[in-house]
Amino acid sequence: MINWIGLWTIFRKEIERTRTVIVQSIIAPTLTTALYFIVFGAAVGNQITTTGDVSYKQFIVPGLIMMALVTNAMIASASGIYFPRFLGIITDLLAAPMDFVEITFGYTIAAAVRATIIGVLIYLTALFFTPLPIAHPLFVLIFGFLSAWTFACLGMIMGLWAKDFERLFLIPSIVLTPLTFLGGVFYKIDMLPPLWQKITMLNPIFYMIDGLRYGFFGISSTNHCVALSAITVTLIITLTIIKHFFTIGYGLRK
Amino acid sequence: MSIINIQNVTKTFPEGTKALDNVSLSINDGEVFALLGPNGAGKTTLIGVIAGVVQKTDGTITVLGKDTVKDYRQTRGTIGLVPQEIQVDIFLSIKKTLEYQRGFFGKRKNEKLIEKTLKALSLWDKKDAPVGSLSGGMKRRVLIAKALMNEPKILFLDEPTAGVDVELRKGMWDYVKELKKNGTTIILTTHYLEEAEMMADRIGVINKGKIILVEEKKTLMKKLGDKTLEITLDTPIQKIPEKLTQYNLSLTKDGEKITYRYKPGQTGITKLLANIKECGISLKDVETRETSLEEIFLSLIDNNNETKTI
Ligand SMILES: Nc1ncnc2c1ncn2[C@@H]1O[C@H](COP(=O)(O)OP(=O)(O)O)[C@@H](O)[C@H]1O
Ligand SMILES: [Mg+2]
Repeated sequence: MINWIGLWTIFRKEIERTRTVIVQSIIAPTLTTALYFIVFGAAVGNQITTTGDVSYKQFIVPGLIMMALVTNAMIASASGIYFPRFLGIITDLLAAPMDFVEITFGYTIAAAVRATIIGVLIYLTALFFTPLPIAHPLFVLIFGFLSAWTFACLGMIMGLWAKDFERLFLIPSIVLTPLTFLGGVFYKIDMLPPLWQKITMLNPIFYMIDGLRYGFFGISSTNHCVALSAITVTLIITLTIIKHFFTIGYGLRK
Repeated sequence: MSIINIQNVTKTFPEGTKALDNVSLSINDGEVFALLGPNGAGKTTLIGVIAGVVQKTDGTITVLGKDTVKDYRQTRGTIGLVPQEIQVDIFLSIKKTLEYQRGFFGKRKNEKLIEKTLKALSLWDKKDAPVGSLSGGMKRRVLIAKALMNEPKILFLDEPTAGVDVELRKGMWDYVKELKKNGTTIILTTHYLEEAEMMADRIGVINKGKIILVEEKKTLMKKLGDKTLEITLDTPIQKIPEKLTQYNLSLTKDGEKITYRYKPGQTGITKLLANIKECGISLKDVETRETSLEEIFLSLIDNNNETKTI
């Protein structure tokens, strides 16, 4: 028996938390996107040629969206679970008839939904700069959401592991930001020297950006089915790790 | 009938502290049970393992016949927990805090219950105020309101009056009595022994993770309850005269009162008073009273530390 109302309450609480920090959580990412467009799209874009019918401005949109999805999902769920630990009110959840399913899904799905909303806002912002038809809308939605959810789960692992704020934001800043920037948001992989192409192939974010690009334009450098499967497998692995944390009480129970 | 059954429960924290050492205890349905013990005795830990906040190392606990690990959803659903530490989400309003709390327990919104509880705890005026803006005593009452949101059959109060004004304490206890009248079983820990004395049906004493005594309050008072004779002097004296050393007397610091502890039924008061008079000390007032729980409790812990068994 799942405590559905409990799950829903956590979800609602997390979404309502977003409302109170609306500038920071929603407006800021949208503004950043607009800046990327102005700087990269207008200034740099004219120097870079893209293949086929896709303009450079269009080309960077899926990457910008994926970057926002994974970063925001990760930070939202990491801080979502870390704050109650920090404030000591995690006991409210532990003393309630809830466990792994309610708490994990409540936090991570709320974080993924929040990130997806930001993704949609970025898409809408981009429409001011360039027309953007989507070739496979359903694929974009599923792939985007699953990516956000996976990173929300990674964020939850961080939030349970972190002992202070410094460590909480360690991975987003020193691992995630470089990986997204080097994941081909702003350039095509075949523009790189061969060695860097090989290194890029080891970056999971590259496949995620490329997968989303497939959804938008119907073309990509890699196989989108591989990307979708890889994301799903990663999601299952992260959920298994969190489940294990709940079993041993890691970061939760004394 | 017992509502909570604790059997051979042990809790060892990862770094090696044995906070609970083979604890067995049974709580009766509808009673007020006071758990007493010095700081670090294991009171909070014991409450924590029953409520599901702390993982026990060994032993079994049942609540209403259900295992707290296997059937945790049922057991936790019947428990309300007022934690010792005042920890709250400072940005939320009181009302939101209570709404979420009820939701966590899988129960639908109930405005009436929130209103009733907040009014009873004199918090209704503040219902929309962020919890962070409240005084310590108010926050404590928010914690109590929170613990009542799932309409628990069992309520744990872990030092609920710490940091609460004396005037407000009485109101809180009146409310607790009300809850008891409605059938709620209450387990409380407190440092104010007069509160345990006033509230409890039974008293358990825990020290160093071991339950050293469980007794009906009345029996406990009778069994260990020496009487104390308190003699107020007309003029303060420096020390107790030689002649009176045969009696077990003590003098208060200001030299104004002599106290004499004796077993009920023990005679000799008349003789003592006569002896005092012979020493040329004149009396202002003489009063006898039951030895307080605090005095009993302190002597119990002392014994326990010396002999390690009781
Ligand atoms: N989270 C914890 N980690 C390690 N030791 C703890 C923890 N919580 C309590 N203890 C230890 O367990 C013992 C019992 O503590 P506690 O149950 O809080 O006592 P009480 O509530 O009676 O004051 C103490 O020695 C305390 O230091
Ligand atoms: Mg305590």
